[in-house]
Amino acid sequence: MELFTPDFGLVFWMFIAFVILFLVLAKWGWPMILKNMDQRADTIDKGVEYAQQAKQQLDNAREEARKYMEEAQARQAEMLRDVAKMRTQMIEEAKKQASEESQKMIEAAKVSIEQSRKEAELQFRNEVSKFSIEIAEKMVRTQMKDDAAQVKLVDKLLDEIEKN
Amino acid sequence: MKRIMTIIPLLLALLLGVQGAYASDAHGEDAKEESGLDVKEVIFHHLGDGYGWEVPFSHVYRIPLPVIVRAQDGNWFCFSSAKLSEVTVYEDESTGKKEETLTPVVHVAERDGKKYYFYIPHLTQHKTKVVELLPLSADADADATIKGTHPHEVADAATIDVNGKVFDIYRPFDISITKNVLALFIAAILVTAMVMSVVRFYSRRGLKAPRKGMGFMEMLIDFIYTGVIKSSLGAKANKFAPYLLTCFFFILTMNLLGLVVIFPGGANLTGNIAITLVLAVATFIITNVLGTKHYWKEIFWPDVPLFLKFPLPIMQMIEVFGIFTKPAALCVRLFANMMGGHMIVITLTLLIFIFAAFGAAALGASVVVSVLFTVFMLLLDVLVSFIQAYVFTLLSALFIAAAQENGHHAKDGEGHDIEPSVEA
Repeated sequence: MELFTPDFGLVFWMFIAFVILFLVLAKWGWPMILKNMDQRADTIDKGVEYAQQAKQQLDNAREEARKYMEEAQARQAEMLRDVAKMRTQMIEEAKKQASEESQKMIEAAKVSIEQSRKEAELQFRNEVSKFSIEIAEKMVRTQMKDDAAQVKLVDKLLDEIEKN
Repeated sequence: MKRIMTIIPLLLALLLGVQGAYASDAHGEDAKEESGLDVKEVIFHHLGDGYGWEVPFSHVYRIPLPVIVRAQDGNWFCFSSAKLSEVTVYEDESTGKKEETLTPVVHVAERDGKKYYFYIPHLTQHKTKVVELLPLSADADADATIKGTHPHEVADAATIDVNGKVFDIYRPFDISITKNVLALFIAAILVTAMVMSVVRFYSRRGLKAPRKGMGFMEMLIDFIYTGVIKSSLGAKANKFAPYLLTCFFFILTMNLLGLVVIFPGGANLTGNIAITLVLAVATFIITNVLGTKHYWKEIFWPDVPLFLKFPLPIMQMIEVFGIFTKPAALCVRLFANMMGGHMIVITLTLLIFIFAAFGAAALGASVVVSVLFTVFMLLLDVLVSFIQAYVFTLLSALFIAAAQENGHHAKDGEGHDIEPSVEA
C-alpha cells in the first residue's frame, strides 16, 4: 500500500519546510506576537484599573464634596441661628439700654422740673410776699393816716396780746 | 471543569474522526469514461502525490513541476514533469469523437555522453513514481527504440518491457517538487504571511485593537496559547509556544488548503503519512531531548511495587514502548482522519459515476444524494480540520508537559501521565 509508506522526497521537503518555518516564526513571529498580546492585555488591565480608580476617586471626591456641602450648610444654618440670636440679643440690649437711658433722662428731667418748679415757687413766693408787703404797706399807709385809727389798732393788738 | 473542557473536544474528535471527511475533488470528470471507471485508481490518484498539478476541467493537462532525481551513478537530474507524459488525441472510429488522453513517455537525458532514461511506470511496484530505466545489456539501440514512443509495459516486479526491450528498474533518490511538496511550500508561505501580518500590525499600530482577519488570527493564537499551551505547560509555556503554535497553524492551513479543490489547494497533505510522520517525529524529539531527569526516572524506575519492575522490567518495557506509541498515535491519528475523510468525499462523488451505469433515474437520484452528502462532508471537514489541528497541538503539549515535570508537581497526582484512553 503506497499510502502507508512515507515517500522519502516528501519527508525530506517536509522536514526542511517545517524547520525553516519553525525557525522563522520562532525568531520573528511568535515571541513578538505573544509579547505584544501580553503587553496589550497589561495595558488594558492597567486602563481598567485606572478607570476604576478614577471612578473610585471621583466617587470619593463627590462624597467628600457632598460632606463639605452638608457641613457648610449646617454651619451656615448655625451661623444664621447665632446671628439671629445675637441680633435679638442686641436689640434687647439696645432696647433695655435705651429705656434705661430714657428713664434716666426722664428722671433727670423730672428732677430739673421739680427744681425749677421749686425755684419758681420760691421766686413766686418771694414775689408774692414782696407784693403782699407792698400792698400791706400801701394799705397800712392809707388806713393809718389819722391817729385815732392808729390808737384803736394798737389797743386792739394789745387786747389780743393780753388775752393770750 | 478544565479536564472536561479538554476531554470534550477529544471525544468529539474521536466520534468525528471515524466519519471525518477530507476532499480535493475537482476531478470527478476523471471518471468520465463510464465503461472503464476504475474506482480504486481514481481514489488513490486523488489521495496520492503526483508529479504535476491537475487543473480544473481537464484531466490531461497538468501544471508541470520540477522533477529532481539522483541517478544510479550519482548524477543529479532536474527536468520538468511535462517531459514524462504526453497528451495524445485519439479518435473514436465509431463516433468520430476526439478524446485526449495522457500517456507516459520515456524522458531521455544525456550527460557526458551517457544516456539516462526516466519513466513513470504504471504496473510495477514503483507505480506513479519516477524510475530510472537501466538497459540490461549495453545496447546502443536502446535509445532509438524508446525515444518518443509510448512504452508498452509488461508487469513484472523487477524489470520492465518497453516496446520489446527489457530494462532493469531503479528507483532513484527522488526529491522532486511534487504536487504535495509545492502545496507544502504554499502552506508554509501562507502561514508565514499570516503570522507576519500580525507582527507587522503590531509594529505599525502598536497596542491598538486588531479588527477583522487580524482579530481572528489573534483569537486563534490566544485560544491555543492560553487554552492549550499555558494550561498544560504553565511556567514553561513560552519555551514551547513557538513549536506548538507553528504546529497548529501549519496543520490547520494544510488541512484547510486540502478543502480548496483548485490549484493552490487540493493536495491531500495531512492525509499523507510522510507529513504527519515528520510532525510526530518533531514532537517525539522535543519531548525526549528536552525531557527532565524525573521523566526518565519515571520511565526506568517508576513509582510502582518492586515486583513490577524487578527482576522482570515489565513497567520499563511498557514505558519505553509508550515513548514510541505516543508520537506514533499522533502521526496515525492525523493521517487516518484526513485520509479517511478525503476518501469518503471522493467515494461519494464517484457514486454518481457508478450509478450512472444503471440508467438515468439512478443517475439523477444519486446526483442529488451524492451532492448533498458531499457538501455535508465538506462542511464536516472544516470542523475536522480545526479539531485535528487542535488535537495534535493539545496532545503534543500534553506529551511535552509530561516530560517537563520535576517530581514536585507529580505528587499532586494531576497531569502526571496521559491516560491512553484519551489519546484516541
